[in-house]
Amino acid sequence: MQNKINTIIAKTSKIILGKEQQIKLALACILARGHLLIEDLPGMGKTTLAHTLAQVLGLQFQRVQFTSDLLPADILGVSVYDRNEAAFKFHPGPVFTNVLLADEINRATPKTQSALLEVMEEAQVTIDAVTHLLPQPFFVIATQNPSSQIGTFALPESQLDRFLMRITLDYPDAQSERRLLQSNGGREQLAHLSPAITSNELLELQLACQQIHVSDALLDYLQAILKYSREATQFTSGLSPRAGLSLKQCAQAWAMIHGRDHVIPEDIQAILSSVVGHRLLNSSHLENSTETVAALIRAVAIP
Amino acid sequence: MQAPSQPRMPHLLWLLFALSCTFGLHAFNLHYWISIAFAGLAIWRYLIEKYQWPYPPLWLRLPMTILGGVAVLGTYGSLFGRDASVALFAVMIALKLLETRNARDYIVMIMLGYFLTINTLLFSQAMWVSFAILLPIMALTACLIAVSHPNATLPWATQAKLSGKLLLQSVPIMLVLFVLFPRIPGPIWGIPHDAYKGMTGLSDSMEFGTISDLSLSSKIAFRAEFQSAIPDNSALYWRGPVLWHQEGRRWRMTSDTLPLKQESLEVFGSRVDYTITLEPHNKNWLLLLDMPIALPADAYAKHDLQILTKQPVRTRIRYAGQAHPQYKLGQTLGERERTLALQLLEDENPKTLQLAAQWRKDLAAPLDIVNAALRMFREQEFIYTLAPPRLGENPVDDFLFNIRRGFCEHYASSFVYLMRAAGVPARIVTGYQGGEINPNGNYLIVRQSDAHAWAEVWLKDKGWVRVDPTSAVAPNRIEYGISNSVSDANLLPILARQDYPILKKLYLNWDAINNGWNQWVLGYDEQKQLQLLKKLLGEKIAWGDIGLLLMSVLIGLMLVISYLLLRNKTIILDPLRKTYQQFLSKLGKIGLVKANHEGAIEFGERAAQRLPEQVSEIEAISRLYSDLQYASLDKTDNRHQTALQLLKQLVKNFKIN
Repeated sequence: MQNKINTIIAKTSKIILGKEQQIKLALACILARGHLLIEDLPGMGKTTLAHTLAQVLGLQFQRVQFTSDLLPADILGVSVYDRNEAAFKFHPGPVFTNVLLADEINRATPKTQSALLEVMEEAQVTIDAVTHLLPQPFFVIATQNPSSQIGTFALPESQLDRFLMRITLDYPDAQSERRLLQSNGGREQLAHLSPAITSNELLELQLACQQIHVSDALLDYLQAILKYSREATQFTSGLSPRAGLSLKQCAQAWAMIHGRDHVIPEDIQAILSSVVGHRLLNSSHLENSTETVAALIRAVAIP
Repeated sequence: MQAPSQPRMPHLLWLLFALSCTFGLHAFNLHYWISIAFAGLAIWRYLIEKYQWPYPPLWLRLPMTILGGVAVLGTYGSLFGRDASVALFAVMIALKLLETRNARDYIVMIMLGYFLTINTLLFSQAMWVSFAILLPIMALTACLIAVSHPNATLPWATQAKLSGKLLLQSVPIMLVLFVLFPRIPGPIWGIPHDAYKGMTGLSDSMEFGTISDLSLSSKIAFRAEFQSAIPDNSALYWRGPVLWHQEGRRWRMTSDTLPLKQESLEVFGSRVDYTITLEPHNKNWLLLLDMPIALPADAYAKHDLQILTKQPVRTRIRYAGQAHPQYKLGQTLGERERTLALQLLEDENPKTLQLAAQWRKDLAAPLDIVNAALRMFREQEFIYTLAPPRLGENPVDDFLFNIRRGFCEHYASSFVYLMRAAGVPARIVTGYQGGEINPNGNYLIVRQSDAHAWAEVWLKDKGWVRVDPTSAVAPNRIEYGISNSVSDANLLPILARQDYPILKKLYLNWDAINNGWNQWVLGYDEQKQLQLLKKLLGEKIAWGDIGLLLMSVLIGLMLVISYLLLRNKTIILDPLRKTYQQFLSKLGKIGLVKANHEGAIEFGERAAQRLPEQVSEIEAISRLYSDLQYASLDKTDNRHQTALQLLKQLVKNFKIN
């Protein structure tokens, strides 16, 4: 099992150069059955990462470029009257897949965004009172430009909460960038990439992830973090119970990726920024989320 | 400690609620416009918060402040003295609301609010006030909690509960301070004189109407506890000012500067011992039962056995008295005294003078003259009433021959006038007569409505004899008290009447509680304190030891409280943590300290960088600890125990090279 995980990471790292940490985070997010939000400037390899992950995990992949005129039906599908059968027939939209890449999700209107977010929550589509189940596994990798860019509809806080993790890619280091420039970009290799696992194996990994042991001592630490976030004044609101659960699941996945059968406080610290960065609102709005989370880690003692 | 966040609506509501309570208590003490101004400003401040209105700018606040000061000056005529100062303070607090924005302002307001609340005790120290101020104090504390708490979204009920808990926790300390804080004889600081206006009581002079006016008040004059059985109502003459000088309608006391001889006093029969708790009346006399044979401390007797103090009675005081109902006062009457006791303005009341001259001619013996006057009151149509009509030009004539309706001062003064005109030395004594027995506590409540005036005449061989002309008109007044005797009892204050038995009973219970409060809380002075401590700790204790006792008891109490608080937080190190702690302290010696937030593995890596030669040991210990702490192995498992032993061994052998 550990081999498979290592293979996944190795294969992905060949395409996305010098971003092992982000790859691991993204993988942890998938293992913890969550949806992933990648936020960064255009051209940082967001789409490539999403595409690579789908390919490596042997999953069916659909990509939707979100634009301001995209409608919910463009994602979910639409019922069309079939003259031969004299009935409405449902034409599934791109959402009926394993991995949906929602590219530049913040360019679509809130109406379309919320249609997607509903699907993410329920893993099913209901149209004309008929419920269509999505294939399993199903997850959404959304990319978003920082909302300060012109012509975007920032996701509201309540919808950000639907994403288990939010990661950023950042500029590559000099060495990786040199290699990137020497090649022709990752896209060509991507076409030749063979899957490391099957989708069934992924489901098994997801199940195994839940079995990673979480001791009482670790829960004490987790609760100390939640308590602090609720009592400290630098946050306008503390972490919700859902955020707490998310933290636990991601830490389990992180421990699994690192070949441990139990979670240690370092796991929590490693995934904390990605899991709570978009959930904690800094009341002063001055620091960015990474600094805020770093301060949070520093402030909470490991019991 | 987190910096307090910006106060919001819940904080404001707490503050406004607390201040409303305080201003509510002050509503009786301050001029009514101040309460109205507070209400207006509070509503304004509320609207600012609610609709995000702008705060009034400085150019508006400044004139408002000046106006407030001027208004207080205009109302009270000064900015000093108790009433004006508290009024000014209250007005400024109300205005301060308009610039109360951030946490610091709130804290200042809360402190000012505490002070304003305590100020209510300058006006009244009644039991209900002492308990009523707990409400604003609790609300202010809750506000303080709300403002200071890092999480500003605590529900208000939690804040109130927390505040109540804090106040309850302060009760033991309050009790210790109350019982043990050294009491200083006399007040520590003076209270401005205007604090004593409005105190009711007997006056040093008497006119027609002064006592009947006083009788309309149900205020308590004093309470008396008897060590033995309470004497009959008819023996309860509480002696107050003795009036000699007649000036038209007004009767006055003798001047202190006149060298008058102390009247001799012989007493017979049984002695009555009692203790009086006198309400402040701002005059310098005490009331004692006829005839006092011993003086309370700091008091002296005038020649006519009126008991005076050097300072006006401005706080509730308590003194013991001893009286003999049977006595002989003033065996001889000096020439000067006789002149005083016969002094009359002779150019008025011709009819009365004529009647007296008649008596003087017909009845030579003074005793007969006295009896003739009493008989006149008894047998002719005289009425005892609380609402006597006004008297005309010659008041005594008008009263004796025309109107014939009057209260005790009418009877006493006309009687004395008659006696003097007939050549019998006489004087008026004012004071109280009777009182109401409170069965709960077996003491006597004497109210202003029990105020009375009677006469004393000097008879050869008998001395000064008390004659109460009122008893001739209304014998019940003396036997059963005022409510059974006046013809118009419904004019009396409800509490002095007989016709609301349940109310009366409730009141008597309440008064018994109040009396206890006065005796034990307000009247807890240096003597009571010493008495109590002697009872508790033995006779050897001296005043100087109290401070020491206070300190030691407080320290003891603090220790107990600290123990109770810290007890739950005793650090219980399980063997695993303890072992790891030993490892940490070994590394700590070379300055490698694990930060609180650092995980064992992370710290192990950092330590390994510092000590590259011992990487394997450090890693082994860190990993083992982390596994033991977080892995799925149960603590009761044998393997866990084995691993723990291994860890202990590793840590024991670990040495920094």
